[in-house]
Amino acid sequence: MKNSRRSFLKIAGISAIGFSMTPVVNVFASSGQEGNKPEPSYSVNKKALKAKRWGLVIDTRKLSEEIVEELGKTCSKIHNIPEIKNKDHEIKWIWGEEFKHAFPGKENEFLDERMKHLSMPVLCNHCKDAPCVRVCPTKATFKRPDGIVLMDFHRCIGCRFCMAACPYGSRSFNFIDPRTVLPKDRKEWNLEFPTRMKGVVEKCNFCAERLAVGKTPACVEASHGALAFGDLEDPKSEVRKLLKSNYTIRRKPSLGTGPSVYYIV
Amino acid sequence: MNDKLKVIAGLIVFFAIFSYPFWNNIFNKENPEHKPVLSAEAEKAKECVRSKDYMTKEHMQLLDIWRDKVVRSGERVYKYGNGKEYNMSLSNTCLGCHTSKAEFCDRCHDYASVKPYCWDCHIDPKENK
Ligand code: HEC
Ligand code: HEC
Ligand code: HEC
Repeated sequence: MKNSRRSFLKIAGISAIGFSMTPVVNVFASSGQEGNKPEPSYSVNKKALKAKRWGLVIDTRKLSEEIVEELGKTCSKIHNIPEIKNKDHEIKWIWGEEFKHAFPGKENEFLDERMKHLSMPVLCNHCKDAPCVRVCPTKATFKRPDGIVLMDFHRCIGCRFCMAACPYGSRSFNFIDPRTVLPKDRKEWNLEFPTRMKGVVEKCNFCAERLAVGKTPACVEASHGALAFGDLEDPKSEVRKLLKSNYTIRRKPSLGTGPSVYYIV
Repeated sequence: MNDKLKVIAGLIVFFAIFSYPFWNNIFNKENPEHKPVLSAEAEKAKECVRSKDYMTKEHMQLLDIWRDKVVRSGERVYKYGNGKEYNMSLSNTCLGCHTSKAEFCDRCHDYASVKPYCWDCHIDPKENK
């Protein structure tokens, strides 16, 4: 069959009209099913605690070895964090670190006795400009509007870029299935919070699941008043009052990450 | 050749056995192995988060939306048509009502050969090993 130029142009013209019909067809196709049913609504719990930027102030004068240990224990219990002896496989959300390791560059030749021996509680700093958020290829680690640097475990592919990016060592990788090292008796687990699985990274979440129901982070509750939690952007908040009346330091501020965890020394 | 009777009897027996699965399917509607069993809690509640039809077909989509809303938007309360509020949680809400994962979710999933990896992290409160 031989096509003349004329018949080709005819077909092309009709096709063009056909394409211009798509919006109309879509309208017809989408009416009908589920059309007049209400949309489900999703909302934040009324009791939830809210802030512009959450922050933590740690008063090291009120700390003792026992308290620092209790912070870790409390956190582990409610988040199902296993205790692993092998240092390479450890999972840490909040833990004690020697002053010189927590604040490298600040260790003077002659440090006062208390600081020299006290272990500093360290955790994710929930940085204002978090490098882990920037490097995550799947956006599994992201910054919430309230300043919390949160992990979406459903998206974590275990690439560990975030671990390389974090200057504080706040992130741990699950080299082994955590359930094999959690207590045998599940009564010692928190059945309301998921465990993690082999192959994902994890870190402190500022107790996002507790803030959502109006509770402060578990470590703050267990700290006998040594930890204060509040809104850094609110001049009237408890943390801002503490920051105003005490000299504080932060970990590695020169890197420009903007940590939200302050230490009164 | 007077084996006719035996041959016919044999054929009948053969067809009875051969077609057993079909008859079983037609007459045995009582809870075959893949039908989920509602727990006492669910029986009492009478209704699911959404209509039964929607749940059967779309529960995976619903859970996907739930986890995004909870983790990424911090929204944890779900409300639909009937006005009841639900805490969007897999272990605490779904399994709070469908208390036996083995008798409900697993029965269906095993039959359909679906193996959700959710349970690597999310806890079945009943399971204890
Ligand atoms: C308050 C109790 C309750 C909660 C919470 C609940 N369900 Fe249900 N669910 C039911 C009941 C009752 C039925 C049976 C409904 C019927 O027969 O009309 C049902 C039915 C279902 C079905 C269809 C079963 C079938 O036979 O096809 C699925 C799938 C399901 N639920 C999944 C879920 C999931 C997933 C969640 C969490 C998002 C959930 N349910 C939360 C009570 C509940
Ligand atoms: C009526 C049978 C039925 C019941 C009951 C049921 N499911 Fe399912 N579920 C399915 C089927 C079939 C699929 C696979 C759908 C597909 O692949 O398109 C599925 C898929 C899923 C998925 C997605 C899995 C994946 O890998 O993508 C999740 C999550 C899930 N179900 C959770 C649940 C939970 C939780 C319950 C119990 C509260 C439950 N289901 C009860 C039939 C059921
Ligand atoms: C690597 C671990 C992991 C896996 C695998 C996982 N989740 Fe989660 N999921 C979590 C964590 C951690 C949370 C946060 C809990 C919180 O903040 O209360 C969560 C939250 C959720 C929530 C909202 C809160 C809640 O308590 O349930 C839903 C719904 C959910 N996940 C569904 C799923 C489904 C469906 C799957 C499987 C397709 C799945 N998750 C697989 C770790 C996981």
